[in-house]
Amino acid sequence: MIKVENIVKSFDGNTVLKGISTEFKTGINNLIIGQSGSGKTVLMKTLLGLHQADEGSIMFDGREFTTMSEDVKKEIRKEIGMVFQGGALFDSLTVQQNVMFPLNMFSEMSEAEKKERVDFCLDKVNLEGKNDLYPSEISGGMKKRVAIARAIVLNPKYLFCDEPNSGLDPKTAIVIDNLISELTREFNMTTVINTHDMNSVIEIGDNIAFIYQGNLWWEGSNVDILNTDNKEINDFIYATKLTRHLKKT
Amino acid sequence: MKFLSSIGKYVLLMFRVFRRPDSARQFRIQVVTEIEQLGFASVGIIAIISIFMGAVVAIQTSYSIDSPLIPRYTVGYITRSTIVLEFSPTIMSLILAGKVGSRIAGEIGTMRVTEQIDALEVMGINPASFLILPKIVGAMLIFPVLIIISMFLGIGGGYMVSYLTDMVSVETFLYGVRSFFLPFEIYYALSKSVVFAFLITSVSGYFGYNVRGGALEVGKASTKAVVQSSIMIILFNLILTQLLML
Ligand SMILES: Nc1ncnc2c1ncn2[C@@H]1O[C@H](COP(=O)(O)OP(=O)(O)O)[C@@H](O)[C@H]1O
Ligand SMILES: [Mg+2]
Repeated sequence: MIKVENIVKSFDGNTVLKGISTEFKTGINNLIIGQSGSGKTVLMKTLLGLHQADEGSIMFDGREFTTMSEDVKKEIRKEIGMVFQGGALFDSLTVQQNVMFPLNMFSEMSEAEKKERVDFCLDKVNLEGKNDLYPSEISGGMKKRVAIARAIVLNPKYLFCDEPNSGLDPKTAIVIDNLISELTREFNMTTVINTHDMNSVIEIGDNIAFIYQGNLWWEGSNVDILNTDNKEINDFIYATKLTRHLKKT
Repeated sequence: MKFLSSIGKYVLLMFRVFRRPDSARQFRIQVVTEIEQLGFASVGIIAIISIFMGAVVAIQTSYSIDSPLIPRYTVGYITRSTIVLEFSPTIMSLILAGKVGSRIAGEIGTMRVTEQIDALEVMGINPASFLILPKIVGAMLIFPVLIIISMFLGIGGGYMVSYLTDMVSVETFLYGVRSFFLPFEIYYALSKSVVFAFLITSVSGYFGYNVRGGALEVGKASTKAVVQSSIMIILFNLILTQLLML
């Protein structure tokens, strides 16, 4: 479980997060939703220490992250897998080398064991046999899946995904969502997912935190969200003709 | 003011760079790769420029020395001094600043804007050290070798002139090359090349690492990396010459 309390983050006087408090529970999909530019990425990067929080506390299973020394932080980070919005695969490495990278850095495994682990993870994301392709040679959806395979290769306790299905067609997007959801349950990870995609919200939103104007505006499940009368949430959900049409029927 | 804060940021970055690598084995592999990519890949351009410049220096010296009072072997002597003291260490480093500096800033800058650096950090890796240290170490090891190659080929260019023309005889040229030779000159030249290697890789690494934005900014950072490392080379050339030649 990750417990977040009163996170404040600003950039040169522009306060992006104005005191966010919430909990991300283990074994379920914790979604952070909000408009583009609402601060989802900033929040996620602050949780990981990629941005320094101005105020607040972040507890990874009872361990206070914000005040940790750089060396202890590094140890916690080895328990974290992250899928970046663009995949952030290393261009100069093949699919296999990308997934093997954390193992090369941190594990004492033999080459054969590493290869086996990589194949296991690529298999999990349905990418068996693509080992020797470079990131420039594969599609956006495949990149996301390689990024997921790389994120889970060290058996993380925490999985962070920043808009894992942005830029994908709706069908591939749902495949990626379900994949993350299944992995979360199978490996009992604490998973945090940024998204602005309503399909994801309904499909896998076990717990949803809605960020609005720098605050945590609303929190609930994918069932609650369809029944709330919170105005800002409804403006967000029913922003398109399609969703308004569906609401009427 | 902006200049001072840049220097401060650069120094802070170097503190992060000079840390024990997260994986010693990976570090060794990376250093070898950098030696290949920064070093061996530059041998061609170094060779061509050195040979031609050596030849030009020999021709111009020979042309300028028109007086019977100055012995002809001066052509060999001046060619060697020019090549060893300034041309190979300094001019070659400027060429390398263009070739290697833009490459480093481009590579690291692209990794920054595509979040690959964040990805390294999240994995529990010190990205500054992981990306920049192997380049610094690789360059400091391979630049002196490149400079020695450049010296031999530059003097070789002068030798070619003496062989192919009748400006100065081969024996006289070689006699000049060997005259008044101080081993200290080699030490001086190689020390400079090691310092320049550090400057090029660390300054370019700094500009790449601090890119914010997208592809446009990566391009700008590459240009800045080349300009700033060149300025640093010129500046430190003066300082080192003062220090070492006293
Ligand atoms: N490194 C940064 N420096 C300054 N401002 C930033 C930085 N990163 C994000 N911001 C600002 O924070 C706000 C939220 O951005 P972001 O978290 O990326 O939104 P999103 O919810 O779409 O992920 C934006 O207004 C953006 O301009
Ligand atoms: Mg974002």
